[in-house]
Amino acid sequence: MNELLIEFLSGFTATNEWAAILPEILLGVLALGLLGAEMALPRSQQTRWIPRLAVWGQVIVLVLAFTCAGCCSFDQREYFSGLIAQNDVTQLMRGFFLLSSLAVCYLGKVYFVRQSALPKTEFYALVLIISAAMMLLVQSAHFVMLFVALETVTVAFYVLVAYNRRSQFSLEAGLKYLILGALSSGILLFGIVLLYGIAGSPELVASSHDSLNYTQLMHFVIPNMDNLIVKIGALLVIAGVCFKIGAVPFQIWVPDVYQGAPTPVTAYLAVASKAAGFIVLIQLVSGPFFGLQDFLVPVLSVIAAATILFGNIAAVTQRNVKRLMGLSGIAHAGYLLLGVVALMRGVDWAVYAVIFYLFTYLLASFAVFGVMSLSAAADDAIQELDHYQNFARKHPFLGGVLACGLGSLAGIPPLGGFIGKLFLFVAAFQASLYGLLIIAVIGVVISIYYYFGWIRESYFSAPSTEVVNEAACPSTAGDRFLLGAFTVASVVVGLLPAALPIIR
Amino acid sequence: MGNLDTNSLFLLVAILAPLVAGTVLLFGARFSQTTIRAVAAFGFAWPLIIGLLLYSLFEPSLVGEYNFELRLPTGLESIGIYLHLGLNGISMPLFLLAGTVGLAAGLYAMYSNADRPHLYLALLLFMLGGLMGTFASVDVFFFYFFHEFALIPTFLMIGMWGGAGRRGAAIEMTVYLTLGALLSLLGLIALYVQSGADSFSLVELRNYLSAQPLSETVQNNIFALLLFGFGILVSLFPFHSWAPKGYAVAPTGAAMLHAGVLKKFGLYGLLQIAGPLLPAGGEHWFSWIVWLALGNILFIGLVTMAQKDLKMMLGYSSVMHMGYAFLGLACFSVVGAGGALLLMVAHGLSVALLFMLSTCIYHRSQTFDLSAMGGLASKAPALAACFVAGSMASIGLPGFGNFWGEFTIFAALAETELTRWIVVPAAIGIIISAIYGLRAVANIFFGQPKGDFADRLESGQITDLQGFEKLPAGILIAGLVLIGIFPRIFSDDANRELVEMYPQEQSNLPVIHSAVLPTQVDAHKEVTH
Repeated sequence: MNELLIEFLSGFTATNEWAAILPEILLGVLALGLLGAEMALPRSQQTRWIPRLAVWGQVIVLVLAFTCAGCCSFDQREYFSGLIAQNDVTQLMRGFFLLSSLAVCYLGKVYFVRQSALPKTEFYALVLIISAAMMLLVQSAHFVMLFVALETVTVAFYVLVAYNRRSQFSLEAGLKYLILGALSSGILLFGIVLLYGIAGSPELVASSHDSLNYTQLMHFVIPNMDNLIVKIGALLVIAGVCFKIGAVPFQIWVPDVYQGAPTPVTAYLAVASKAAGFIVLIQLVSGPFFGLQDFLVPVLSVIAAATILFGNIAAVTQRNVKRLMGLSGIAHAGYLLLGVVALMRGVDWAVYAVIFYLFTYLLASFAVFGVMSLSAAADDAIQELDHYQNFARKHPFLGGVLACGLGSLAGIPPLGGFIGKLFLFVAAFQASLYGLLIIAVIGVVISIYYYFGWIRESYFSAPSTEVVNEAACPSTAGDRFLLGAFTVASVVVGLLPAALPIIR
Repeated sequence: MGNLDTNSLFLLVAILAPLVAGTVLLFGARFSQTTIRAVAAFGFAWPLIIGLLLYSLFEPSLVGEYNFELRLPTGLESIGIYLHLGLNGISMPLFLLAGTVGLAAGLYAMYSNADRPHLYLALLLFMLGGLMGTFASVDVFFFYFFHEFALIPTFLMIGMWGGAGRRGAAIEMTVYLTLGALLSLLGLIALYVQSGADSFSLVELRNYLSAQPLSETVQNNIFALLLFGFGILVSLFPFHSWAPKGYAVAPTGAAMLHAGVLKKFGLYGLLQIAGPLLPAGGEHWFSWIVWLALGNILFIGLVTMAQKDLKMMLGYSSVMHMGYAFLGLACFSVVGAGGALLLMVAHGLSVALLFMLSTCIYHRSQTFDLSAMGGLASKAPALAACFVAGSMASIGLPGFGNFWGEFTIFAALAETELTRWIVVPAAIGIIISAIYGLRAVANIFFGQPKGDFADRLESGQITDLQGFEKLPAGILIAGLVLIGIFPRIFSDDANRELVEMYPQEQSNLPVIHSAVLPTQVDAHKEVTH
């Protein structure tokens, strides 16, 4: 049966461009299907069936995206007159986004156990739509495609961040994300328009009619790299992307939004949204802005240094763990920028180093966010370090998962995060970024303080008499399996990096 | 890959056995005490057994290469990293040291009444596995990887089973050691990138760098990264402040393995990697090493004398003795490096012994305060004898391994005009260590018992060393005496290797060679054959 299906699909895909984005289409259909199912199913059955439908539907899409010929090509190919370009990077990232939306759906299920008054179906539908849009975002090879996909992601996130409408924190976060998100979209769009205008000007050499196409723009930028408008346009586009990845000085929204958003959404923002931003950034600097390296390398280097230092130093004093994850996530964005700068300095494999790091970051972050979701009290936004006192003694399993996740984020062998950092550092070394490396090392040392401070709370507290947070963490076998799988994966990737076949 | 022999699989077993036993114990919350001890004993015993076996199979003629080579891909081949294991004349002694101290610490820990013993033993086993891997690695990346791997259990053990002030000490130690480790990692990556060898294997790096040495500036910079990175890990003055505090609160097993073995990682790295690969860098930083090492010896020596707390005193004294090893290294000669290696091994055994005995003393006196004890020898003669032996070894009395180490280092320093003056301050250090060592012995074991301790002594609650305390102490003392009498068991292989790594055109080499191996030792050697 399965073979028949694959045969049918491969025949279908050989002749039809739409097949190239079959996984995205299926995700969209699944999202609509969920909304339909909500109407069709009786209310009592919805809580049971809708999360299952979302999770298993994604599993099928994930399997399909990596087995079905035609929609899993690792070769460089263009579709829809250059709107979409697929290569091995985009294929890896498809898997990345599907994995993260799967995990987010599962965390959502855990979250709704405690927030049972909230509507549920829309949550899953929006997560799926975001996943599809992010997959399109990293495949876009045209600024129009980029902007449309990006706005789909952002608008859906506006809703998700403010999803817990009973919580003031969530509403405040939603508003902040809306205003700053709109601002960043405006900046991005303004940059795109400037580039469009200047690249379409017939006075200049290599001007183009289709100047929003990445390839066309690249050919235009190389001979015009000293043009001021080109530089300003590129800078504004980069600034818009930097908002999404939370790089300094565009990080201002991160702590509040991360704290206020429901924990699964925070995880989604921290992992998938950041990853999408980085892939877009990489595609921009190695595509249309390839000619602007001399101009952009210093800019991004300064941003990377500031991001690493700001994220780490600001995280040291945090007592709220969601804010802490947000600020430390800024620091991780800084390390990743190291890889981007290395790529711009001619170390080609740095792009795989970045992707490897993103995957290890996904594994570690979802382990930590999973534990946070399970141990959250009634108010999701108030999760303090003090709540974790003696956590490991009460919940040895969750304590172990938390410790491994945090250890991996801190970059401690034998966990995956360490190998990720190793690749980035080697790439940065090959690009001779010595100053940035020293700053990265300082950042990692600072990060030891707060990550291990968290482990310290959970492991080293004396058995206390007062019970601060007795949410009891009712973890089911499924929760344990998922979190255990993330932890084991972190360890396996750390011991045997070949398990994650990204860098060959 | 060609010379893969079955013996090399033993190396892998020596690393994996503790790790497997540790993993089993991790889930052993419901095991009975006997099961826990049996599993732990399995993990603790294999490294030493295999170490001794491999020592007997060691092929000394393979100078410049490694015995028991094993090379496995792990997914990092694209940047030239393989799990490349092997032993040479320099790593063999340390491999055995790790096995010996590991067994002693394990035996002691198995019978100590820690809360959640399965977890404690599991972490100790992880640490041991990491240590075995560190000294068996030919690949400098895995050398670093295993060290970090061993570091994390230390942090957890200090935090969970440490004494008063453990939370602060654990974080301080971890932050400090991570800084050191990352600096040395940068140094190692720099070696990889700059050498152009496209490999992290020490063999290939050595081949490349001996063919085309790096420019002097590059060597100086990389050497600085390695010196200060490794220096922080070895508590080089003034980066030592984590060590006494950390050791003072650490549970016994962690203190024994860390002070005894893990701390030697940095020195080993300087000896095996930095010295031979970056000779010009070593020359450039020579005076820095000497002055900082003298800081260790004299400044920390005086601080040690002022300590009132037994464990703080031991912690500081272990920092102080590292100064001698640095002085030996600073010579960058065969003799100096050989002396440093001997001292590292002997010091590892003696400091582990002293940390263990200090806990034994605490169990009897309920205090670490030196001024609140006295007269313990009358009730615990075996404990007194062991502690005196440990202190004497640590001071550097002939008959114990430390003597040969310090003696050889002095000989190396006296060798050239440039370093001769250092002998005087270094010798003053010996006197300082004699003063605090003997004073501690006198305060604890002799004289009139004071205060509460007198009552405890009178009431007859105090027993001598028990069997489970005697056995590890016996193992460690046996090791110390063995090296004290036959330094040759290590120094021969090490010398052959070092002559290759530190090529010197000095005509006086044979003279020193005979100084390392005194005639009486030769006589013994003949008898044994």
